[in-house]
Amino acid sequence: MTTRAFQKIYTKIDNITKATVTLRAQGVGNDELATVGGKLAQVVKIMGENVTLQVFAGTEGIATDSEVIFHGEPPKLKVSDNLAGRFFNAYGEPLEGGEALEGEAREIGGPTVNPFRRIQPSELIATGIAGIDLNNTIVTGQKIPFFADPDQPYNAVMANVALRAKADKIILGGMGLTNDDFLYFKSVFENAGALDRIVSFVNTTENPPVERLLVPDMALTAAEYFAVDKGEKVLVLLTDMTLYADALAIVSNRMDQIPSKDSMPGSLYSDLAKIYEKAVQLPNGGSITIIAVTTLSGGDITHAIPDNTGYITEGQLFLRNDSDTGKVIGKKTREDHPQVMNACVRLYADAANAKTKLENGFDLSDYDERTLKFAHDYSEKLLAIDVNIEITEMLDTAWTLFGKYFSKEEVAIKEELIRKYWKA
Amino acid sequence: MKTTGRVNGIISNIVIVKADGAVGQNEICYVYAGDTRMMAEVIKVIGDSAYVQVFDSTRGLKIGDKVEFEGHMLEATLAPGMLSRNYDGLQNDLEKMEGLFIARGSITDPVDYEAQWDFVPLAAAGDRVSAASWLGEVQEQWVKHKIMVPFAMTGSYTVKSVAAAGKYKVTDTIATLTDAEGREYPVTMVQKWPVKQAVRCYTEKPRPSRVMETGVRAIDTFNPMAEGGTGFIPGPFGAGKTVLQHAISKQADADIIIMVACGERANEVVEIFKEFPELVDPRTGHKLMERTIIICNTSNMPVAAREASVYTGMTIGEMSNRLEELPGQDAFPMDLSAIISNFYSRAGLVKLTNGRTGSVTFLGTVSPAGGNLKEPVTESTKKAARCFYALSQGRADSKRYPAIDPLDSYSKYLEYPEIREYLDEHIEKDWVDLVYAGKTLVQRGKEANDQINILGDDGVPVEYHERFWKSELLDFVILQQDAFDDIDANCPIERQKMMYEMVLGICRRDFGFADFERCAQFFKGLINLFRQMNYSEWKSEKFEQYRQQIEQYVDEKAAK
Repeated sequence: MTTRAFQKIYTKIDNITKATVTLRAQGVGNDELATVGGKLAQVVKIMGENVTLQVFAGTEGIATDSEVIFHGEPPKLKVSDNLAGRFFNAYGEPLEGGEALEGEAREIGGPTVNPFRRIQPSELIATGIAGIDLNNTIVTGQKIPFFADPDQPYNAVMANVALRAKADKIILGGMGLTNDDFLYFKSVFENAGALDRIVSFVNTTENPPVERLLVPDMALTAAEYFAVDKGEKVLVLLTDMTLYADALAIVSNRMDQIPSKDSMPGSLYSDLAKIYEKAVQLPNGGSITIIAVTTLSGGDITHAIPDNTGYITEGQLFLRNDSDTGKVIGKKTREDHPQVMNACVRLYADAANAKTKLENGFDLSDYDERTLKFAHDYSEKLLAIDVNIEITEMLDTAWTLFGKYFSKEEVAIKEELIRKYWKA
Repeated sequence: MKTTGRVNGIISNIVIVKADGAVGQNEICYVYAGDTRMMAEVIKVIGDSAYVQVFDSTRGLKIGDKVEFEGHMLEATLAPGMLSRNYDGLQNDLEKMEGLFIARGSITDPVDYEAQWDFVPLAAAGDRVSAASWLGEVQEQWVKHKIMVPFAMTGSYTVKSVAAAGKYKVTDTIATLTDAEGREYPVTMVQKWPVKQAVRCYTEKPRPSRVMETGVRAIDTFNPMAEGGTGFIPGPFGAGKTVLQHAISKQADADIIIMVACGERANEVVEIFKEFPELVDPRTGHKLMERTIIICNTSNMPVAAREASVYTGMTIGEMSNRLEELPGQDAFPMDLSAIISNFYSRAGLVKLTNGRTGSVTFLGTVSPAGGNLKEPVTESTKKAARCFYALSQGRADSKRYPAIDPLDSYSKYLEYPEIREYLDEHIEKDWVDLVYAGKTLVQRGKEANDQINILGDDGVPVEYHERFWKSELLDFVILQQDAFDDIDANCPIERQKMMYEMVLGICRRDFGFADFERCAQFFKGLINLFRQMNYSEWKSEKFEQYRQQIEQYVDEKAAK
């Protein structure tokens, strides 16, 4: 972001809105960066000589005679191994001082991996949380959203996942984190002695919301460096994507775009997909796996943000008071995993029915009673977030519960598996 | 002389170009950002300003950058060598692209122009021909790829000469045609066709009269798809659209499969890339990939190219014989309904000028916003497509896969006399009546279950429970299918018939249970036996064993 000697300085701004400024300028490239009155901005629209810039920090205090300097290039991040263990702001500048980054400057939001060069995701990333490992196994190269009610401890779960997950690098993209949450992440990572494999890009609620738009691209550019260049298994944690989408809405509203469903921009699907689709399993063994928190408003899953997210991502995790749904697409797991998971969910659903019956004052059958007991044990021994066990152990626990409460017919799993795993 | 222009405005991927000459609506042009050449399509013209949609990122583009107009619309290249390829929405061969990332402005040839093909002439000098008449054929994989008079050549022609049998490149002249005035037209194996126009070189388009097998019981038995028919699968996310789509494309009884993945997850496309070359088509013994063309525009590739990918897919389909394809979602312009019905109408069974038939079967999926089946895309598609496979969230949540809702879904083909006749002949007389009997069973089971839920287990007669459990039996044995099990995943029609009749047979019996707990216990045991049967190889010893066990189990109960 250094100023070069021959750069032309513009000092006449024609229009100023809350997030954008428009001025006359020549030779400007689309998407390129500029400094407007000392604040970083990016070109979002060019009409003839009129150039519109989105000012990340907001246009407060910018005057019609503020200085505008174009940088001649899109936003970049300097990548090197020195990224590890550091905390950066949305522009990729080190937080709380520290030496500036050295390394190769790469454009953020770069091109797509050719789908033909991708490898099918297959390797499990174990988190030790049964709600995830058993019901929603995370596989390298996947993207999984965490749909969380705002009152749920989603950031604590994310920090847990980051520490337990067997990944080479963990990149945290924090958008609209409260300062408390930011400090929480920081101290948890420091205390665990895991800092050397964690890179964080953080935008807190104290920073202007529009800056958030850079965070995922920064985080993913760093992720691509470690995965593509170094062949490492990278886990990217993004929290909270709802606030990211809100920032998108702010910008598009300021630019007079016609809003789509839930006042979100019409391009929300593609905007989110551009981020999530960076998840990839590469032929060199490197991979990028994305786990992203999307907070729900009033538990509404049909709101444009979770809805679009759901269509892009592979399976969803719910962090709320009721149960999980999901699918297993992983290959390197035990053979009985999909069937056990399906049986668990089916029996758990039966338990929910039994509960409804009970609430409506009906008598419970013997089977209903057993499903209720099963559901109780299932939540306690497997679903509880503080249970930390290996997947095989989880499956064995599930079999034990099957054997304890049900007959083989009621579980209705393929006979070969029953013969092999059934615990009387 | 080509029209050129200069960039005069940029808003995201819409570029406003000042043109120096004539510009056509939907014309293709190239925008130059430095040395990078990016394809774009004209979407609007105002005065000398053409609004073009760039199929790539416009980052770094500047005012005054050069634009060249091509004078034609977006075209698909149709030639031998398309099978087994993996295209993007603009028919660039993804496999030929260099590097891990797709660089901006990557353009690769859709077919191999150097390859030699064994050409066999089918026409002779002096023959009268018109567009789509067969001039010859080449063997491509296991398909005989017909070389036709280009679709764009209207009117009739006389064959002046045809190349002798032998090896030729696709760009070699393989025939020369003359028109009434004696003008000569050389014809090669390559032709181009604008993707947004339907190919109409056929004599008639009769009603579909054959069923296309998919190996999925909930489709074949309950709501069959016709060859040359249209269908669509709407479903909320997580309802198993993808698994179902893949199952159909692997198992469908078609010669050529074109999979169009637009706006889909890249990992799912990879699954196709990696799995299809391995899988063997059970009917022909050939690798599945040999009959497949993949066109993908994943959700992170430029949006504008997404619409194009659907059309490219359809055009390739129209020139081939029988095929099927599966696109994802699209955007919503005002004339959405007209666009969708027009698009679906490109499917069909056609009689070619030489009396042979070909068909395009079209199966689309829709991801309705918020899982709401009343949203515009789903509503418009419902009017256009003849089969409707509604995936229900409720079924998906309770892991009843495939989550095709038995009551909301329908196939209009069951009402077609042609299809009825076909089913009478190929499965059994009055098969359609049996299908409706099954549907009634499911409906009555649901009603009984509603009553049980309102009045309680003891509040209703035992017959209600029996009715409910009979519908559960049908659900678990016929409607549910394990797509991840090698044997259960693909159920041939013969096996479907047997299983279905067995289940219906049991459902017709009256068991007279003493109480509802015994009823539930009986059916749970029965369902388990049937499931084991579904997992056993067709007609194997184990299969027979389970069948006998079931008969015994049922007879014992009935005797009491």
